[in-house]
Amino acid sequence: MTPTTVYVPRDASARSVGADEVAVVLAGLAAERGIEVTIVRNGSRGMLWLEPLVEVDTPAGRIAYGPVAAGDVAELLDSGLAEGAPHRLRLGPTEQIPWLARQTRLTFARVGVTDPLSPDDYEAHGGLLGLRRALSMEAPAIVEAVTDSGLRGRGGAGFPAGVKWSTVLAAPTTDVKFVCCNADEGDSGTFADRMLMEGDPFLVIEGMAIAALAVGATEGYLYVRSEYPDAIATMRTAIEIAYLQGWLGPSVLGSGSAFDLSLRVGAGAYICGEETAMLESLEGRRGVIRAKPPLPAHAGLFGRPTVVNNVLTLAAVPWIIAEGAGAYQQLGVGRSRGTQVFQLAGNVARGGIVEVAFGVSLGQLVNDFGGGTRSGRPVRAAQVGGPLGAYVPTSSFDLPMDYEAFAAANAMVGHGGIVVFDDSVDMARQARFAMEFCAEESCGKCTPCRVGAVRGVEVIDRIIAGQDPEANLELLEDLCELMVDGSLCAMGGLTPMPVRSVLTHFIDDFHLPQGQRA
Amino acid sequence: MAKLDQDAPVFSEDRVKALIETRRNQRGPLLEVLHALAEEFGYIDERAIPIVARALNLSRAEVHGVATFYRDFRSAPPPASVVRLCRAEACQALGAERLVGHARDRLGIGLGEHTADNRLGLEQVFCLGNCALGPSALVDGRLVGRLSEEGLDAIFDAATKDAR
Repeated sequence: MTPTTVYVPRDASARSVGADEVAVVLAGLAAERGIEVTIVRNGSRGMLWLEPLVEVDTPAGRIAYGPVAAGDVAELLDSGLAEGAPHRLRLGPTEQIPWLARQTRLTFARVGVTDPLSPDDYEAHGGLLGLRRALSMEAPAIVEAVTDSGLRGRGGAGFPAGVKWSTVLAAPTTDVKFVCCNADEGDSGTFADRMLMEGDPFLVIEGMAIAALAVGATEGYLYVRSEYPDAIATMRTAIEIAYLQGWLGPSVLGSGSAFDLSLRVGAGAYICGEETAMLESLEGRRGVIRAKPPLPAHAGLFGRPTVVNNVLTLAAVPWIIAEGAGAYQQLGVGRSRGTQVFQLAGNVARGGIVEVAFGVSLGQLVNDFGGGTRSGRPVRAAQVGGPLGAYVPTSSFDLPMDYEAFAAANAMVGHGGIVVFDDSVDMARQARFAMEFCAEESCGKCTPCRVGAVRGVEVIDRIIAGQDPEANLELLEDLCELMVDGSLCAMGGLTPMPVRSVLTHFIDDFHLPQGQRA
Repeated sequence: MAKLDQDAPVFSEDRVKALIETRRNQRGPLLEVLHALAEEFGYIDERAIPIVARALNLSRAEVHGVATFYRDFRSAPPPASVVRLCRAEACQALGAERLVGHARDRLGIGLGEHTADNRLGLEQVFCLGNCALGPSALVDGRLVGRLSEEGLDAIFDAATKDAR
């Protein structure tokens, strides 16, 4: 009898709630019972509230059980887990779970499905189709496809990827050009880069290799934050395997085109998620941002023309090249094309990865997918786009996820992270934290950010303490304006966004005296 | 950050040079070298700064500047065990500040401090990428989700009772 394949995720989130213990106990108890199982440590399906989610391969497809605790395993095995038998934790065929079935998974198509470090699995599930296609194309045609797809930078800024690539392609040929993948995913509420690196690392490599072909780069760097030890380990192994497979190296897939890829680890500085600070860090310096221009596309890493893209941007490219720019461009709304990998986080009942086309409303994500708060209390606000994003009140939850619609509402889509708060939140404290975080993480290069953030904490403290609130609110608004206009990068320039969103939508939390409402 | 042994190798100039040697041909090797030193010794000993500077043809000020810019590089031997509590927004939404308060009360130390015997250090971190299953902590490199006061107590007990 062939062993039954059982999947227990290796994803860091799944491990954080006991997936390793489940895998160990499952192997031991199955052996004791003479049940032959092969345990595959897959990525996570992204239904994180169901982790550890165990899946069993059956003739009727994969059957999911979850959340499974180590203590449930004996009972599960005895009631026929290996055959996909009924049990109180049985969720049915994984693909038919509505939360998953309603998604459009392009970038996350393989995550949770395959063994992340199996090159055979990767190819069997559509891996390398994009890279092979790209190798048959001229460089400008690859760039054109990315431009036509409407793909915009997923790291937060939303800059058109094709425009950036064509700049690097057109840059005068020097000795070398670089592709840098920004995996310094430091924004709270975002974890898609991490899950992709852990769940489908070859996709990141494939995306970078295509970018290199498109712009004529021969060397790449993947910059991963040190807070992600699992992603670092998985990517390191995946890069080694990719070299052995001939997917990287002097002749990518036998094409004669070279692409060498190195992984570099950050060292605990949020600012290194800013592209120029990341380049400084890659060069072995302090993560201090650079004034632009010059743009990295002209003078980036070591002064050479450099493509810098986020993990999700590069990971979207293989699908675009394999399936065609038109197929990607058909999804979405306005100038926000394709899918976005939204991340439901914070006080949310059903948190995880929701990859759907742009245009879905914030309310659909928080309430329909997310199921409201984990605490069961009413939702008060959602912070969208990380620590530099606005707090959106429930009255605006009909906002479509679209770069322009969010910008028009003084908010931002950012990297697609959505942090849900219930009605016990003190929004004045959240405004204060935005400034505190900026003070902690500022690189110190420009005064509006370095000093402004410290002053911001002080002035908010005075407003909270009831000291001359009217004058201090005016001072805070003045400070916000200065930081927006005078900061060199998004750290200082966007910190006022969450602060102002609190002043606009949640001013009551400052408990101002009657008649003093900003 | 892996659990650091009490018997981490003592500082040795030869060992520092060997760690530099295998990395000096990389592009912009300083961060890689500092990571290697931190992994080997648990911290960046100030005696390593001039050695690194000379080997990489940098000024001591440059090396010192980089070593002190990044949070990961310690200037003194680390506690035997380090608990890093996430204080970012997603964990705040699930009571991270309450956990920080609990840890302070329980251990009598603040964030960025360690117990008198250097057994246990308490640190803050902004985001571990476990934002759907918070509050989260990184305990000697191991990610822990859905952390409660009781869970935190168990972690502290294990770290302080560990009689190695």
